[in-house]
Amino acid sequence: MAKVAILSYIRRESPVHALTGTTKLIFFLAWSVASMVTYDTRVLLCMLMISAVVFKISRIRIRDISIVLGLAAVFLLLNNLFVYLFAPEYGVELYESRTVLFTIAGPYTVTLQQLFYHLNMTMKVICVVPVALLFIACTDPSEFAASLASIGVSYRIGYSVSLALRYIPDVQREYHNISQAQQARGIDLSGKDKLFTRLKNSVAILLPLILSSLNRIETVSNAMELRGFGKNKKRTWYVKRKMQRNDWLTIGFVAVVLVIDLVVTFWDGSRYFNPFV
Amino acid sequence: MKKLSVKTVVAIGIGAALFFVLGKVSIPTPVPNTYISLQYAVQAVFAALFGPIAGLLIGFIGHTLIDATSYGPWWSWIIASAFAGLVIGVVTMKLDINEGIDTRKIVHFNVAQVIAHLLSWGLVAPCLDILIYSEPIEKLFAQGLMAGISNMVTTGIVGSLLLVAYAKTVVRKGSLSKED
Repeated sequence: MAKVAILSYIRRESPVHALTGTTKLIFFLAWSVASMVTYDTRVLLCMLMISAVVFKISRIRIRDISIVLGLAAVFLLLNNLFVYLFAPEYGVELYESRTVLFTIAGPYTVTLQQLFYHLNMTMKVICVVPVALLFIACTDPSEFAASLASIGVSYRIGYSVSLALRYIPDVQREYHNISQAQQARGIDLSGKDKLFTRLKNSVAILLPLILSSLNRIETVSNAMELRGFGKNKKRTWYVKRKMQRNDWLTIGFVAVVLVIDLVVTFWDGSRYFNPFV
Repeated sequence: MKKLSVKTVVAIGIGAALFFVLGKVSIPTPVPNTYISLQYAVQAVFAALFGPIAGLLIGFIGHTLIDATSYGPWWSWIIASAFAGLVIGVVTMKLDINEGIDTRKIVHFNVAQVIAHLLSWGLVAPCLDILIYSEPIEKLFAQGLMAGISNMVTTGIVGSLLLVAYAKTVVRKGSLSKED
């Protein structure tokens, strides 16, 4: 198994890093909602520009996240391709007009409306990508549980999330060890075997992994129980930080964006901004 | 909501970590956003062992982490993953795996997972996709079908094998007999 490319926390000094985890979580969630609701080109363009600015401020370099950006690009490209293959006239339906640019073959004509639809769809995804990446890259994982608890999520669930983050590297190492040990015994997961054999072989790796995970669950939950986890309704967090002026400003800003987004999107009774009629 | 036990809290955490790691090593299929995913087999086993809330949160946290560290979250599919775990957990609630396993229980588990993946990828994911991303219905249907079938097959084969193997390792009540 090659080393899996994973985006993780990048420690730097920047105004975005200085914000509390709670603020970043709220920003990220509000931003996701805003981009999901709207299909309005003007709103999407504004959101795209704002997220580019935020990215600039965060002092995370393109180089740090180039692998992730590559993945996102491939994903978007494939998605667009498949939408076009399955429904080349979808934009025409949506925008109720038809301007043919040229024909490729058979039913596959390229219309202005279809291209416009693809543009909107792509922007909708792209404007969340920088914010999501920044959220991961600029938030200390140990602060994450505290942030979840402070927006009203039960601290037990917050604790589950931080346990997940804590044990990902361990599970990954274990998976790697087990799979190499099994490969040494001749169990193959690569494309050389038939699909069914591959699935059966994967059990040989998964079973030790699951059994050791169940042991781990036993150990960790005993340790937590011994320390009285879950006795009280609330708990405090060592890493929790006080909200500063910038935090409130950021939350206020994203709230305004969300409201404008909703107003502009639903003002004329349709999610779509239609320049064709 | 009933309070989660400490064990469930830890099971969710480690289950989500497993879901994440297995999600990262999956084999892609030709349809975008769709993989032959071993993580659903593990999610189903954990849902059967630790209950519906564990299944739900393992899917939700695990899938969110996978998406957020690769190309930004695709919420409709995250919710569908969580939903699958919930349904499997609910349907297998009475299935006490720790008391041993037989053909009837395996069938029960498989009925649960088929219902769950059918609902998740045939209904929840496409409907949310139409609502949120307004993608053409034909594409979503093909994608959902592909994902649903591949998840069902993976969970059916790998999940069942895992359950059988797991049940063999548990020491059962009354398994000791007095020597004559």
